[in-house]
Amino acid sequence: MLLRHTPKEIKERSALVINPAKTCQPIGAMYAALGIHGCMPHSHGSQGCCAYHRSTLTRHYKEPVPGTTSSFTEGASVFGGQANLLQAIDNIFTVYEPEVVAVHTTCLSETIGDDLPQIRDKAFKEGKVPAGKEIIYASTPSYVGSHITGFSNMVKGMVSCLCEATGKKNGKVNVLPGWVEPSDMTEIKRIAAMIGVDITMFPDTSGVLNGPLTGKHRTFAEGGTKIADIRKAGDAIGTLALGEWASADGARTLDSQCKVPCRILDLPIGLSATDRFVDALRIVGGTSVPAELELERGQLVDVISDMHQYFYGKKVALVGDPDQLISLTEFLVNLDMQPVYVVTGTPGKRFERRIKELTADAGFEVKVKAAGDMFLLHQWIKNGPVDLIIGNTYCKYIARDEDIPLVRHGFPILDRVGHQYFPTTGYTGAIRLLEKMLDAFLDRKDRDTPEKHFELVY
Amino acid sequence: MPTKKKSAMWDAAAIKEELLKKYPPKVARKRAKQIVVNEDNQEIMANVRTIPGIITMRGCTYAGCKGVILGPTRDIVNITHGPIGCGFYSWLTRRNQTETTEENPDNYMPYCFSTDMQDKDIIFGGEKKLEAAIREAHAIFNPKAIAIFATCPVGLIGDDIHAVAARLKAELGCNIFAFSCEGYKGVSQSAGHHIANNQIFKHVVGENDEVKPGEYKINMLGEYNIGGDAFELDRIFKKCGITCLATFSGNSTYDQFASSHTADLNCVMCHRSINYVADMLETKFGIPWIKVNFIGAEATAKSLRRIAAYFGDKKLIDRVEEVIAEEMPAVKAAQEEVLPKTTGKTAMLFVGGSRAHHYQELFAEMGMRTLAAGYEFAHRDDYEGRQVIPDLKVDADSRNIEELEIEKDEARYKARITDVERAKLEAAGVPFKDYKGMMPEMDKQSLVIDDLNQYEADKLVEILKPDVFCAGIKEKYSIQKLGVPMKQLHSYDYGGPYAGFKGAINFYHEIERLVTSKVWGYMKAPWQKNPELSATYVWE
Repeated sequence: MLLRHTPKEIKERSALVINPAKTCQPIGAMYAALGIHGCMPHSHGSQGCCAYHRSTLTRHYKEPVPGTTSSFTEGASVFGGQANLLQAIDNIFTVYEPEVVAVHTTCLSETIGDDLPQIRDKAFKEGKVPAGKEIIYASTPSYVGSHITGFSNMVKGMVSCLCEATGKKNGKVNVLPGWVEPSDMTEIKRIAAMIGVDITMFPDTSGVLNGPLTGKHRTFAEGGTKIADIRKAGDAIGTLALGEWASADGARTLDSQCKVPCRILDLPIGLSATDRFVDALRIVGGTSVPAELELERGQLVDVISDMHQYFYGKKVALVGDPDQLISLTEFLVNLDMQPVYVVTGTPGKRFERRIKELTADAGFEVKVKAAGDMFLLHQWIKNGPVDLIIGNTYCKYIARDEDIPLVRHGFPILDRVGHQYFPTTGYTGAIRLLEKMLDAFLDRKDRDTPEKHFELVY
Repeated sequence: MPTKKKSAMWDAAAIKEELLKKYPPKVARKRAKQIVVNEDNQEIMANVRTIPGIITMRGCTYAGCKGVILGPTRDIVNITHGPIGCGFYSWLTRRNQTETTEENPDNYMPYCFSTDMQDKDIIFGGEKKLEAAIREAHAIFNPKAIAIFATCPVGLIGDDIHAVAARLKAELGCNIFAFSCEGYKGVSQSAGHHIANNQIFKHVVGENDEVKPGEYKINMLGEYNIGGDAFELDRIFKKCGITCLATFSGNSTYDQFASSHTADLNCVMCHRSINYVADMLETKFGIPWIKVNFIGAEATAKSLRRIAAYFGDKKLIDRVEEVIAEEMPAVKAAQEEVLPKTTGKTAMLFVGGSRAHHYQELFAEMGMRTLAAGYEFAHRDDYEGRQVIPDLKVDADSRNIEELEIEKDEARYKARITDVERAKLEAAGVPFKDYKGMMPEMDKQSLVIDDLNQYEADKLVEILKPDVFCAGIKEKYSIQKLGVPMKQLHSYDYGGPYAGFKGAINFYHEIERLVTSKVWGYMKAPWQKNPELSATYVWE
């Protein structure tokens, strides 16, 4: 047994987190910053933070992840990190020539109270920022919220540092995609293009964290939202923010800063959430949904009906990030499955309420926990088994010990590829999720069915 | 494969100039001292601050302490005191393999324990939460030891983790100790190794005087069982009849550390991370140490012979020769298989504090040349040899890393060999307390670069086009985008073991795979190779 010390008996814990279902803010800020074209994410803290975030993102994407650090020493921790940050800004623009540097804080620089807006001003005044280049920033203390909060804060930082309203609307629609994969970002753009809505999406990590192998390497990849486009987001007719937890703050900031009205939607994962996204796009764009997209929807419904018997009544344990879990829970209920345990490490009672609402009429008991951990999820599973686990790579320890199939979804996925290239958003993304769940169930069935019952056709 | 001999156009000094060209003057001046062209008695600047804003390979003190040194010990509950990130990122990411035994089935390595500090803990102090977390860990797991690791904010807000540890140790009757390994200390992971080793030495080593059975008792110092390296070494030691009491810290347990002072010889693998522990074990308990290297089949044989020579027992000397004779044919066969494909190829190694040196042996066994190498967090003695230690300057960053004052343990000190025996052994080729460093063994005019960064790595690869580049996960894919295979020498790319005889065979085949892979030929599509349309199909 890998997790051999996990007892079935659940003891209340108030201080000790065991096997977390979240990580800290700065990595989310780094991921969001990578979605700007020509952006160098900069970690204002000890160099270990930056090293850990780059390593984790690299393992997840199998791609180079640029990132710099203020490399605090003991002296900087006592006297403040201004000198380090100014030196870093000078070095970054000289050596790597980015369009923009996106600075985020860490628990270290937050605890000592470094003032980023002031240091940014000083960098401009001292001529450390070449003409036409930018510095944006976000406050991302690791001791508040989670990696999702950090992502949200950096999106908010993009808005507050860059977006301007000229007073003349440009007819475009902003889409804040939330923390989804590069493949999902491509899918969201594809859906909007199909419906004929001219969108500005930021951040956009497609073409950044799923790049080609060509024999050339540039520090900054082809992809990412251009700074000029983010600036103009202040002139858009509206914003669709996907995911309350990762995108709502940015959208609301844009509303109050530039009077761009927003609508907060769930991540378009699964049938109903995608329906709402498509419907919202159609309405804000004043267009109609094309037949090609209706075909994709029809195909999704078709697969659900074809294979319904294998989904019906299956108990699922879900662990991951709030926006993903909300849409996944709804999708599983759509399929007549039973998401019986839902755990996120990100704190927030609202999350628990939302999951309860989504499952209120489903006819089974749901245990849900925000600010929970995987140790608790494992104990729940020991007390009442499930048919499937959906979560990140760390779940494989539980899956192996309890002999339960696992569908990898969320962050980080350290031991498989696919998430970079194939979306789980949109209707075809939902078909991919169905395929993954079916493969998990039916591979298990083919492994476990006694020979006399073994069958060819499902 | 296209031939690439572009390197002939460059000499080392010109390459150095090219690497420095783009830097601001202050950065260029500093880097110029860390990039050297290898010559006799060449000095290099190392173990100095990382330059802010330069994409670095380095990590922090916490990573060196909790991740590297204590990571591979399976039966200690390691609690990270801090916000969640540090615990999360160091959770199962170092590939330390471990094998439990029936007598000691404890294994907490798949677990991550954290106090997950919140803003109120930062404001009002985190000691209470830490205390509660230790109590909860003790109540649920009842481990034989609990270790506490400080992250950056802990030092800043002044939580006294050592006092909490001491108080609960007395109350709960379980060994509890703490590490002040805040990430901002020192200049790299190296400071974390030091802090970790000091505390293990202070709180665990010598806790158990029970004499373990076995002959020719050694400890392995600085071996971290990446990819099962320690398992291969255990296999070889068992076969030779050598008893390895403790490994610091691959596949290790609390009790191994506790009784390690009963060994008769310390064998140091990674000089950087642990040479001072070897010194302390000698001063306090009288155990001499020798430098060994089990990376490379010839190096393995040489190290085994050194151990045998130290014990000086004919039975062991003969047995070691028998084992080498038994193991070598398979190694030679593998070598012969790969040599036609690897001979004349080139490598670059930028990793760790000893691997960039050790792995040059394996490349040499494959007929490959090391063009450039350097460490991520080593000190000058790891480059130039231990003779420079008296000259090392203590600076602001090294001053705040504790140096333990060690005295002879009068009750338990036992000189393992006399001065006469020592002199005799040294004359016979068993050097004690000796490490000559990486540079004397590298070709003249090769490049030695400390704390290489991504910009310099990309430049080096573009200019010299090595056949394989070795570094870590953060460097892997930018190098591969350039069309050059990159071998991770921290995680071994999830392969291994590479230590010992079987490890050498694994490594030969892995490098053979990398330098012969077809994938590098696919980077251009057929139409990109012939962009001009010279003919059209005639459709029948």
